[in-house]
Amino acid sequence: MAARALREAGRRRGWAAEVGRRCFSGGSAGTAVPERKEGGGGKPVNLFTAVNQALHIALDTDPRAYVFGEDVGFGGVFRCTTGLADRFGKNRVFNTPLCEQGIAGFAIGLAAMGNRAIAEIQFADYIFPAFDQIVNEAAKFRYRSGNEFNCGGLTIRTPYGAVGHGGHYHSQSPEAFFCHVPGLKVIIPRSPREAKGLLLASIRDPNPVVFFEPKWLYRLSVEEVPEEDYMLPLSQAEVIRKGSDITLIGWGAQLAVLKEACEDAAKDGVSCELIDLKTLIPWDKETVEASVKKTGKLLVSHEAPITGGFGAEIAASIAERCFQRLEAPVARVCGLDTPFPLVYEPFYMPTKNKVLDAIKATVNY
Amino acid sequence: MAAMWLARRAARRLPPLLSRQGGEPTRPWFLGSTAPPPVLGSPPLPAVERIFRRGFCSVRRFAGESSAAAAADADEEEPENGFAGGDQAIDFPGGKVSFMAEMNFLPESHGERIKCYRVLDDDGKTISGSRFQEVSKEVAVKMYSEMVTLHIMDNIFYEAQRQGRISFYLTSNGEEAINIASAAALSIDDIVLPQYREPGVLMWRGFTLQEFANQCFGNNMDYGKGRQMPIHYGSNRLNYFTVSSPIATQLPHAVGAAYSLKMDKKDACAITYFGDGGTSEGDFHAALNFAAVMEAPVIFFCRNNGWAISTPTTEQFRSDGVVIRGQAYGIRGIRVDGNDALAVYSAVHAAREMAIAEGRPILVEALTYRVGHHSTSDDSTKYRPVDEIEHWRTARDPISRYRKWVQGNDWWSDAEESELRSRVRKELLQAIQVAERMQKPPVAELFTDVYDQVPSNLREQEQLLRDTIMKHPADYPTDVPV
Ligand SMILES: Cc1ncc(C[n+]2csc(CCOP(=O)(O)OP(=O)(O)O)c2C)c(N)n1
Repeated sequence: MAARALREAGRRRGWAAEVGRRCFSGGSAGTAVPERKEGGGGKPVNLFTAVNQALHIALDTDPRAYVFGEDVGFGGVFRCTTGLADRFGKNRVFNTPLCEQGIAGFAIGLAAMGNRAIAEIQFADYIFPAFDQIVNEAAKFRYRSGNEFNCGGLTIRTPYGAVGHGGHYHSQSPEAFFCHVPGLKVIIPRSPREAKGLLLASIRDPNPVVFFEPKWLYRLSVEEVPEEDYMLPLSQAEVIRKGSDITLIGWGAQLAVLKEACEDAAKDGVSCELIDLKTLIPWDKETVEASVKKTGKLLVSHEAPITGGFGAEIAASIAERCFQRLEAPVARVCGLDTPFPLVYEPFYMPTKNKVLDAIKATVNY
Repeated sequence: MAAMWLARRAARRLPPLLSRQGGEPTRPWFLGSTAPPPVLGSPPLPAVERIFRRGFCSVRRFAGESSAAAAADADEEEPENGFAGGDQAIDFPGGKVSFMAEMNFLPESHGERIKCYRVLDDDGKTISGSRFQEVSKEVAVKMYSEMVTLHIMDNIFYEAQRQGRISFYLTSNGEEAINIASAAALSIDDIVLPQYREPGVLMWRGFTLQEFANQCFGNNMDYGKGRQMPIHYGSNRLNYFTVSSPIATQLPHAVGAAYSLKMDKKDACAITYFGDGGTSEGDFHAALNFAAVMEAPVIFFCRNNGWAISTPTTEQFRSDGVVIRGQAYGIRGIRVDGNDALAVYSAVHAAREMAIAEGRPILVEALTYRVGHHSTSDDSTKYRPVDEIEHWRTARDPISRYRKWVQGNDWWSDAEESELRSRVRKELLQAIQVAERMQKPPVAELFTDVYDQVPSNLREQEQLLRDTIMKHPADYPTDVPV
């Protein structure tokens, strides 16, 4: 008697899971939205405005989308959520208590009921209290239940990286921790147009995504961003500069440094091919492999400490795949193996000249 | 002279505290009446009652009916079991619990909000009947001077940040009484684990204006070796753990530190400070629970200033503030007017005595208001009314309220006031100049302290970095010696 009641109740509860699956298992719900390769057109806006546009669209196009986190109600400490609460109401856009594990856990539950939970962690440096929820819960929700449940509607946005004066706890790049977790996707955009398209794709992707925003570029990076709804493909790297002597890979804010290095190297007659990885897991090995097979040399660069950084994974994979074609060891130009230091920031950073020196050393190997 | 005598008389002497040697324990005045707290259990909400009436029709009685009748009835129905006997209680693993026949839900609140302990009224006069810890003239004047000093330091450093001379700053405006008076009630052996809005505690312990400036400028004399943002002070000498930006992480540390003090039989406690926002973090709950279970002599000092950046306390929690939560963990607590220096001083003084003598945690919730912006990265007029800020900045200012009391005792004069202000201002400008001119710590310090010794990977990275600096000196700041 009791057992049957329990089963019945179970069946009824299953409804929510169904909704979840329908929304997020069969590929992006927004496939009708065009995927754009080259943005072009639109007004020049900065990166936080592009993120803001994406959030407006996400809330507008899906009544089951929610945006929340610490201080998002008044627009967020980086202004990314400006105007959202006014437009969509406090039930869909709201402040949470100051508790990252709560934010992540709440977001997982919300997503598991078939919603798009777009959670903000105020700084990537403060994502660690949420680590258990993200690593043990979000990432394994689908797998551990045999796809009975999933939290694919979950997207965690968080600003990462150096800003010039952030010290230990407003500067870190913790992406590699999350790249070690099967079940998550990790995305990092390099510019406003990329941020908008990749964020919309992340929100609509049927898997939990950790979306790192380069906070140095929030105001600094300005480009034309199409006003309409568009998505950029995940797990697809982009060759943003063609070259023949060496392949450089990076993501997020570091691409600006790599671009400058490419230009300076060109003056010295070295032709660099520059790749924006965009999605760190699952990553687009083919694009990188094709490039390295052509150039025979690879340099990876990121702000996070070099040891155990995602550059190590790229170097190992490419060594496996391109061993015969590599003409020099894979070079890594990364942050130092120290906590992120305030007055030493210029020393810690993988600067243009460090990259340039490594390009020369690799090319002349 | 007369005023001084009156003030002395107002400060009634405390009865002796429980001594550790035992004896008949007298209940100290600050524990309030000996009557047990009122029993929770107002009638359940009508909605709840409806649901249950619908759901379980076999249940005969709800709380609306007389509980005396219920108890009598329950007695009759007492089943034969080996545990309960006739007294309607069972030894559950957590202790004996008695039964009731009513289905009473604990209410979500007590109804009336927990009262706030206060000594000084808005005019700086002691409230009639108020009991507080006596403060000597010397301590009282030092407290006042340091509140003023803290305020001036905040204004000048804030301005220095605006001028781009330091990268960041954050004031304690409006929380000067909390800072200084709580510090004054402690002993230097007590271990402080701060959040970040408590530099006054460090100031009270003897951190000089020059030391504050050195940290904010991250120069060669900064104990943190320029590695952390401004305001992340710390001093081993002064038993003040270094500030860490992640919120609430210091709370469990405080419990561990307190446990150590207890194991070492020290006449000292740990005190940790945090904001209302901090109480939402898991670490807050972990720390309170650990402290209760480990019987750790730790004071949890919450500065409930109404705001966590832009988030008001109504969006932070729905409990009656913070102090009530101590009860759920089995921790004694008090709510105090955070803008009343004498109340803060007395409450912390008493909390410290209890924590050490009885080996127990105490929760202090100081009600106050964050008068400044959250930090130099914030403009709080975006999310709260300017007149609210103004009201707290002027009418509720803790410094002027306390000054009235000190001056009412004839312990302070207008002449001393202007002498103090101009001296502190001069000292600060001097400190800033010195701090600014000083070199940064040398490059070698980038690699030390990651571990006790510099490991080989870092030695290698240091060499590479030095080569790069030689090659590209223009990339590097000139005030960092290589
Ligand atoms: C774990 C963590 N999450 C978020 C932040 C960003 N942050 C810095 S201060 C702050 C608000 C803290 O408010 P409260 O504890 O009430 O202290 P107050 O600033 O009011 O003194 C937030 C959210 C942080 N420092 N650490």
